[in-house]
This record gives sequence, structure tokens and C-alpha cells, in this order.
Amino acid sequence: MNDLWNGIQQAIWLTLTLDADLVEISLRSLRVTLSALFVSCLIALPLAAILAVRRFKYRRLIISTLNALMGLPPVVVGLIVYILLSRSGPFGVLGLLFTTHAMVIAQVIIITPLITSIAHQSLRELWSEYHDLLISMNTSKWQRIKTLLWDGRRALMTASLAGFGRAIGEVGAIMIVGGNIDHATRVLTTAISLETSKGDFALALALGFVLITLALAVNFTTHWLGRTEREGRW
Amino acid sequence: MFPMNACNLSVKVRQKHIIGPINLTISEGGITVLMGPNGAGKTTLLKALHGIIRLANGQVTFATPAKTAQEQQSFVFQSPIMLRRSVLENLAYPLVINRQDKQSAMERAQTWATKIGLSAHMDRPAPFLSGGEKQKIALARALITSPKLLFLDEPTASLDGAATVEIEALLSEAQSTGTTIIMSTHNIGQARRMASRVLFMKDGQIDAHSAANAFFDTPPTDAAQKFIAGDIVL
Ligand SMILES: Nc1ncnc2c1ncn2[C@@H]1O[C@H](COP(=O)(O)OP(=O)(O)OP(=O)(O)O)[C@@H](O)[C@H]1O
Ligand SMILES: [Mg+2]
Repeated sequence: MNDLWNGIQQAIWLTLTLDADLVEISLRSLRVTLSALFVSCLIALPLAAILAVRRFKYRRLIISTLNALMGLPPVVVGLIVYILLSRSGPFGVLGLLFTTHAMVIAQVIIITPLITSIAHQSLRELWSEYHDLLISMNTSKWQRIKTLLWDGRRALMTASLAGFGRAIGEVGAIMIVGGNIDHATRVLTTAISLETSKGDFALALALGFVLITLALAVNFTTHWLGRTEREGRW
Repeated sequence: MFPMNACNLSVKVRQKHIIGPINLTISEGGITVLMGPNGAGKTTLLKALHGIIRLANGQVTFATPAKTAQEQQSFVFQSPIMLRRSVLENLAYPLVINRQDKQSAMERAQTWATKIGLSAHMDRPAPFLSGGEKQKIALARALITSPKLLFLDEPTASLDGAATVEIEALLSEAQSTGTTIIMSTHNIGQARRMASRVLFMKDGQIDAHSAANAFFDTPPTDAAQKFIAGDIVL
């Protein structure tokens, strides 16, 4: 009990004094996850719009594949990326294993299906609302996709935030492909896991504060986006 | 682009026969009013003529090539479809789609917003306006491209007297500046005020098609006579 109390006190101290390790790890976490989010959005959002607007041959197949990928345990994603990037693997020559690039790749694989799926759901709804009008106006396929992406931007932000939340809190996959190397690939979740196992609750808790704050910020923003949409303040 | 010719046109939805076979010629100018009981097929016929639903049979042809003809038509839907954008952006949308530069599109949109009495609400999100206001926006948005042919599906169905008068005035003006109008209505008074021709539909067929005066003075068919007399036509 005393340990815990001490830990909390020290954690607060670390946070207030902006401890160097804490800041470094937090910033790396943000950099990795935001990079992954950026790449994922580039893939997921247009894909979601295309799936909503166009009726093509492999549409259903792509949707089921995405749903299946969404259920993939992150650890397994980590394992697969590890095998692909390991020295003897097909992409071994790139030397990406145990770098933040590998972690970004793993996170992209984990969150792209999630973002696509959530985005697709809301864009499909929007499309059923707009369908007759946009068809009547002779819009091109591209104009339809652009219109949906723009008018659905709040929902798309929400989808991206869900992806961010998933990626920033993920530990299994990035532990495997990143290796949790100090000053190189250590991020919030992997550091918490390590510090806890070492019994050093102070840093673990401080890192936990950061993680919780980020999660709360995501939650709050999601909520706020939903409200502005419903109340038509934009 | 006139005359418009519908030849042997019929529509099916999932094997179910909805309308047709219909043969119909619409020449330039005037207002053709489509009447008939609920479920007679008015909405379906309008959409079929406009070319936004699949025909089971037959075709709609114009004196100009199909693509040119398509670009010179607008459609106002039974329940107005508002883009999740401001009033002004809704009005400017068809112009922007047709690659007019943003500046002049916005100026046109402002002129129209003033014309429909919504200049004070230009920047408000269109989906949150009243039914009558939305209907006016939908009409202005349809007219902003100066279409040669305008379809309207019960444009004043849920509006009060004042709003109805405004819509009718806009339609009369459009008609006098070279827009041929085809509209459905349940409002017999409106049909008497507006129509130059009447199409009376029943059970997916055109029951009567005649000049408005003739239609109201000496209804050509039994069903039409009952309908005008205010009897229930089944
Ligand atoms: N997508 C559809 N699926 C099944 N039935 C349909 C569909 N569209 C139209 N129908 C049927 O076709 C018939 C004609 O419908 P339509 O909407 O054209 O009638 P309407 O004359 O416009 O009626 P209202 O005056 O109520 O607007 C109706 O019986 C309707 O149920
Ligand atoms: Mg109808």
C-alpha cells in the first residue's frame, strides 16, 4: 500500500516536472501513432467513400475482408509483421525491424480496417441521404466521393479518433516489432509494461496518466464532434 | 431539346410492375401537372422521365443527345434533400459541380438566397431550416442552372398558404423565362392555377392527358371526373 502511495506521489512529481524520460516516451508514442494514423486515413477514408458510392465486383469481398481483419488480434499482426521484416523475411533487406517504422507499419495494419469500417458505415448513411440528388445532378464518381468525404468530415474525424485510440493504447504488436528499445522504440504502453514488471510504479503511473489524458481527450473530442453535428453548429 | 418522348416506358421493382407501358410526348413550354391518387406512380414516372431509375422497358428520348438533355434538367424531390452545408453552399453546389468558379457561383447563390427571402439565413446549415425554407432552397438550387426542363414532385405538399404562393410565383417566373415544367401535385387548386396540361395517372397508367381547361371543364375519363369532384378514386 505504501509502495503504491509513494508511486503515485512520485508519478505526480514526474509529470509536473516534465521528466525527460516521460516526455521523450510520450512524444515518441505520439509521433508513431500520428504517423500511423496519417497513413491509415490516406488509405481508409477514400476506400470507405468508394465502398459507399460504387457498386463493383469485389465490394462485398473487400468489406468482409476488412471485418475479418478488424477481428485480428494485434499480437498476431505483430507476429506477421515481425516475420515479414525479420532478416530472413521478404522485406528483411530494408532493415526495418526494431525501428519505429516497423511499429508504424503494425499500427497501420491494425487500425486501417477499423477506420475504414466505421467511416464506411457513416458514409453509407450519408450516401443514401444524398443518392437521388447527386445522381440527378449528373455528378461524376469523383465529385460524389469528394462531396461525401467533405460533408461527412465530422464522422470521418470520429472514425480517425477511434483509430488513434486503438493505436496509442496498443501494446502487443509494437512490443514484438519495436522491441521496446530504450531511447529508440520505447513508447507509452511498452514502457508501462516494462516499468510495472520491474516494480517501478512511479514512471509506470506517470506514463499511465499521459495515456489516460490522451484517451480522455479523444473521448471528449468525439463527443463534441457528435454534438456539433446534431445541433448543426458548423 | 424538345419534344421529350417516352416510348413504351415501364418500370419494375424486384419483378413487381410499378408503371407502364407509358407513351407520352411533352413539347416545349408550359406546365404539365401530374395528378392521381397515392401510389398511382407519379413519383416513379417523374424519376423515370428524368432518367434516375432503371427502366424495365422502353426509352425516353429528346431532340438533343441524351447527355446534353440530361445536363439541362433539374429535379426537386418530394422531401427536399439538403446537403449538410450552409444555405449558400447548397445553392452554389450545382454551379460548382459544373465547374463554375467559386466566386461567381457564390454571387449567384447570394442573389438566389435573397430572391427566396433567406438572405438572413445564408450561412446557416440548411438541414436545420424549416420544411418550407428547405423546399424553397431545393427549388432555387434546381433553378440556379436555368434548366430547360424542371421536374417537381409535390413541391408544396406540406407547406402553408404563404409558402405555397411563393413557390408558385417562382415556378411561374421560371416558366416564363423558358423552363418547361413537369410537376406532380395532390392540390387540385394548384393544378387549376398552374397547369397548362394535365396528366392524370391511375394504377401505373396514364388515364387521361389533356389541356388543363379541357381537363377541368369536361374531365375525359370517369376516374378523372370523380377525382376532380373530390370523390375518392381507388
Ligand atoms: N422501390 C420500390 N419498391 C417497391 N415498391 C415501390 C417502390 N417504388 C415505388 N413502389 C410502388 O409503386 C407504386 C407507385 O409509387 P409512387 O411513389 O410512384 O406513387 P405516387 O403516385 O408518387 O404516390 P404518392 O402520391 O403517395 O406520392 C406504389 O404502389 C409503391 O408502393
Ligand atoms: Mg409520390
